[in-house]
Amino acid sequence: MKNTIKILIAAVVMICVVSCKKDSKPNYQFMPNMYEPLSYETYGEYGIFPGGQEAMLPAEGSIPRGWMPYDFENSQEGYLLAKDTLKNPIRYTKENEDAGKALYDIYCAICHGAKGDGKGPLVKREKILGVPSYNDIGRAITEGSIYHVMYYGINSMGSYASQTNEHERWQIVQYVEKLKADLEGNVHRLDIDPAMTKGVVIKEDHAPVEKGHELTEEQNNAH
Amino acid sequence: MKQVKHRNSASKILILGTVFLFTFFNPVFAQDEAAVDNAAVTETASGGDVAKGEELFKSLCAACHKRYKKAVGPALFGVADKYDRAWLYSWVKNSAAMIASGDAQAVAVYEEYNKTAMNAFPQLSNADIDNIIAYVMVPKADPPSPPLGKKTETVEAGVSTNVLLIILVLVFLMLVVALFLVNKTLRNFAEANDIELPETGSKTPIWKAFIQNQFLVMVTAIFLLLISGYFVYGYFMQVGVDQGYQPVQPIHYSHKIHAGDNKIECKYCHSSARVSKTSGIPSLNVCMNCHKSISEVADATATEEYSKEFYDGEIQKLYKAVGWDTNTQSYTGDTQPVKWVRIHNLPDFAYFNHSQHVSVAGVECQTCHGPVEEMEIMYQHAPLTMGWCVNCHRETNVKIADNKYYEKIHKELSKKYGVDQLTAAQMGGLECGKCHY
Repeated sequence: MKNTIKILIAAVVMICVVSCKKDSKPNYQFMPNMYEPLSYETYGEYGIFPGGQEAMLPAEGSIPRGWMPYDFENSQEGYLLAKDTLKNPIRYTKENEDAGKALYDIYCAICHGAKGDGKGPLVKREKILGVPSYNDIGRAITEGSIYHVMYYGINSMGSYASQTNEHERWQIVQYVEKLKADLEGNVHRLDIDPAMTKGVVIKEDHAPVEKGHELTEEQNNAH
Repeated sequence: MKQVKHRNSASKILILGTVFLFTFFNPVFAQDEAAVDNAAVTETASGGDVAKGEELFKSLCAACHKRYKKAVGPALFGVADKYDRAWLYSWVKNSAAMIASGDAQAVAVYEEYNKTAMNAFPQLSNADIDNIIAYVMVPKADPPSPPLGKKTETVEAGVSTNVLLIILVLVFLMLVVALFLVNKTLRNFAEANDIELPETGSKTPIWKAFIQNQFLVMVTAIFLLLISGYFVYGYFMQVGVDQGYQPVQPIHYSHKIHAGDNKIECKYCHSSARVSKTSGIPSLNVCMNCHKSISEVADATATEEYSKEFYDGEIQKLYKAVGWDTNTQSYTGDTQPVKWVRIHNLPDFAYFNHSQHVSVAGVECQTCHGPVEEMEIMYQHAPLTMGWCVNCHRETNVKIADNKYYEKIHKELSKKYGVDQLTAAQMGGLECGKCHY
């Protein structure tokens, strides 16, 4: 008799423990010292860092491997200079265009639209307004100005330098130029000479928030 | 990790309160507003076509200008009273030339807005500009209030069903009490009239009979042991599994609004998932790419659970953290880190790389993270146990199309295993050292 009651109580307690699991708190761990890292984890909170944050800006003056300085200033003069003089260093291949399209669809199409006509989902839903079409006469975008605007942002558009690296930005430039040509009804540039498509490798620019580069290096080797 | 209790209770009470308040005032407001709207339209219709102006304004000007609020450029309401019409025509068509020629008004505006150059719009005719001016000169209308009316009805419906339930329970309790009382009085009557009541339960009680039967006791003991074993096993198997973990975040960020309703790509914000081990919590500059111009949510975004005021307050939290001053439209430099609570966390002894899965394998984010685009509050969808990982590796074919890296090894391995399509497991996706080292 006493045994049955004990067993019953045990079962009830078990059910309670299982059902009392709260979703707003993390669960128990078997062996926390194997679960919790000794090293500082990405985005972790540790008292040793200023503000307790592991995520910090790189020390002032540090230069990522393979980084090349961008010579144009974030000003109206810099914009005009880039618009006239800055040229796209990558080959206009189909591979680069496809890579540019994939990136464009992630970062740009949400406002500028899949066709570059300034009618992306956010514009259609009237969340963000006044996005120009790429064939806007007043702006008359060039490869240099496209890159410059992606690098620094302009007016309401923010900078995309933290989300993309140099090579990726130039791939997007190629695709934007294609969209612009399509909107204007022109034939877009494509370098098809197979001998020329090899051997041109752009040095990677390490964007501030990036952590790893395994993939971008792989992409580079493919070109 | 810290937890905030009853985060919503205050706001809920507030909403309910306002909802009840507005039930009575609603029709009056709605009429007023309609009157204002009509007056506004007729007033400005003489100067230009408001509808055409609205279309042009939204496609060309709204990136930098708002009607009643300062954005990158000045608020445009009242612009026709401030400047000469001819001056406005030439400014819109080519402001840079005016500044270069030294026009005093033009230079003053250019200086006031930190030398931000306005784009030239040579494609606009004077009539177009008239239409735009007509649109921006429409006075501000009061915010619409009809949705509140709908809300009250649903709230009332919910209350009434609850009340009904409570009444039913009360009636049931009263019946029980009445039965008990009737039984008692009947017994009293029986005693008073000397009627003998039949005696009950004078034999051995059922539990004694049960104990005397050894076989039954054995069977019951085994049965109970099995059941408790089942629960003990279940309990220990879920230790360390955080499936369904849904912590309270410092800013109420709704994946449903961003990824679901507005269809923003996951990788727009979590850009390092393409190239790095971690998927990356977006730094606040990424939020500001859009929220520089979106300082409040649309009326349609508000739900019954979360009001527009609540969402607007969350955007204000972002501005505070990133140090954005909406009045001057500039960063103050006074920033505070946002302490997001990490949800998906693998133990230290397991290695996982996002770029390997997202970019190389082309796995959809939703495969592991579940229907994020429907989550108002983010939670852990998958158990993230080793069995779960291994199962997916066994079932998923390696994507070899257009990937020369795998061509040779895929050919040789598929010959060895005698299959057309290799799974991740057959490519070595089950080897211990792949994830544990």
